[in-house]
Amino acid sequence: MARWGMVIDLDRCNGCQACEIACRSENNIAVGGPQAAGEHRTISWMHVRTEIEGEWPDVRARFVPQPCMHCDRPPCTLVCPVQATSKDHEGIVNQIYARCIGCRYCANACPYTVKFFNWHGPVHPSSAQPGLNPDVSVRPVGVIEKCTFCSHRLQKAREIARVEHRQLREHDYVPACGESCPTGAIVFGNLDDPSHRVAELARDSRAFRLQEGLGTQPKVFYLSRRD
Amino acid sequence: MTDLEIVSSLPQDERVLLMPLVRTTKTFWRWAIVMIAIAAWGAFAYVYQLHDGLGATGLNTPEYWGIYIICFVFFIGISHAGTLISAILRVANAEWRRSITRSAEFITVLVIGFGAVQPILDLGRPDRVLNVFLHAQPFSPLLWDVLSIGLYFTASSIYLYVPMIPDLARIRDLGLRPRALYAFLAIGYQDTPAARHTLERIIGVLAVAVIPIAVSVHTVIGWIFALTLKPMWHSAIFGPYFVIGAIFSGIAALIIAMTVLRRVYRLEAYFKDVHFNNMGLLLFVTTVVWFYFTFAEHLTVWYGGEESELATLYSKLTGAFAVPFWTMVACCFVIPFVLMARRATRNVAGTTIASIAVVIGMWLERFNIVVPTSLHARIGALPVHYIPSWVEVSIMSGTLAGFILVYMVATKFFPIISIWEIQEGREKSVDQVAERVASYLPDNLAAVDS
Repeated sequence: MARWGMVIDLDRCNGCQACEIACRSENNIAVGGPQAAGEHRTISWMHVRTEIEGEWPDVRARFVPQPCMHCDRPPCTLVCPVQATSKDHEGIVNQIYARCIGCRYCANACPYTVKFFNWHGPVHPSSAQPGLNPDVSVRPVGVIEKCTFCSHRLQKAREIARVEHRQLREHDYVPACGESCPTGAIVFGNLDDPSHRVAELARDSRAFRLQEGLGTQPKVFYLSRRD
Repeated sequence: MTDLEIVSSLPQDERVLLMPLVRTTKTFWRWAIVMIAIAAWGAFAYVYQLHDGLGATGLNTPEYWGIYIICFVFFIGISHAGTLISAILRVANAEWRRSITRSAEFITVLVIGFGAVQPILDLGRPDRVLNVFLHAQPFSPLLWDVLSIGLYFTASSIYLYVPMIPDLARIRDLGLRPRALYAFLAIGYQDTPAARHTLERIIGVLAVAVIPIAVSVHTVIGWIFALTLKPMWHSAIFGPYFVIGAIFSGIAALIIAMTVLRRVYRLEAYFKDVHFNNMGLLLFVTTVVWFYFTFAEHLTVWYGGEESELATLYSKLTGAFAVPFWTMVACCFVIPFVLMARRATRNVAGTTIASIAVVIGMWLERFNIVVPTSLHARIGALPVHYIPSWVEVSIMSGTLAGFILVYMVATKFFPIISIWEIQEGREKSVDQVAERVASYLPDNLAAVDS
């Protein structure tokens, strides 16, 4: 049984935000534009945060790409009154858009603020419409949406592997963000498979996770010489 | 004979207490029209929101919850006025309760629906609300909430209805209109001593049963917040803190209702100074307890000094939420404490002013719980603000107006003071209380020895 996880090397990230764009286009994320930005309603499953520490002249900045942490003990799934969000048997925290009642309890319970609400109906400019991904459903107004580790890619990869009568290989299934990263900062794979790079990197001495003290056990690890 | 003539010829208690059922003033209609207009405006705002999605609100990321959830906690809190206070007074055999229990119970039953509807107004997909039953997830505090509020509504409706049966039977026997309604509601009750005895036993059981249910309701509402990991929500004190807050605002709402009823229906002889004094004492006790809880809650956060908790705390003490926070302290503690500590200001005017302050303060308390925490996410907190939109404010006003309207209408169909309990008080309880007090006194040793 796989346990999918991600390692993001902050020492390699140069803040180019290619992951954000790739995610946006892969997952048909609605384009809110300046209005949504002004209202703080932008949806961004993968979001590159800028962390600035210290005061001038002793300032240190770094970029932290932040998808859903896909916690092993997710606080969001526990509170959902309708089981619209749950952790599947391979550790991916999913969201059933057709069942979600839009109470936003999960969004409040999430300590990482990575669950997004559709305040308005989805808008895709006409130029973007031909490029919509047929593998990913467009979310209606009034539901929560979130990073799925591009689980539609897993389904596809698994189908292909089955047709070709072979096991799933490490590089068969990579989310769009990892695929697009030009510096190779985002590594994806099975945390329980020692042959996968993520399994090795997650045990690196530079590895840490966000808000580890909360006990949510995220499956997204970060690497940094300083934490 | 018209209904008005029938009622006018009755002895004092029945005449005064049934008069609102048969005579409606122009002032009543004026207020009713104002309330209907505000409620209709609120309904329009909701239709607008249905059409436009929750984008019509001022909510955002990470401020996912706002006015609707604040009003949810607030109105359900007000609903603790009735059943809980009335049940406690009944169980404690407080004789002064007789004229106030009915008006309190009506507040509960009528406001709870307006409270319970708030989370539905807040849903992104109200069309899917039945999923809460179809796909029930037993670990969600929201599900516990649906169950406890449902139970509370059922229990408090029964608890309102059963003690009203003798009055309904009396109205039926007098033949007031609408006759079919009273005949139906009186369910063939005949006021014999045996029937009265059975009724009082049922009321006794209900009064005890309803107390833990009422406590569970606001405990679970507190847990909705406390069971998340959010700064200043994740607190073990929240269950009891919410219960005491609910009782606090409930007492205040009841005092305001008593003041209004007393004035508009000329009930000075029934809501007397002693009632306001005693309610004022209850308000005083809850003021002090509320302060104790609030102080304990904020001290532990401050002393613990955890980063995001402190950021939330300081946003209330000195930051963006200093105005609502210190207004809350003034309204929930300073004003009621100063006014209710002195006998001279525990009169009608004093208790009413304190109660209005408490109701405003307790709305702000819920604001101070819901909003600052959401804006202090543990990760990547942005300088975001929450400004409610006209839709949210309209729906809130509409809800309040809707409650006032149904309460006004209820006073036109049901005696807002229990007639039979007042009569029973006159006939029996003076002797009973004398007997009870006598039983507290030390026995005569000479008599015991022999």
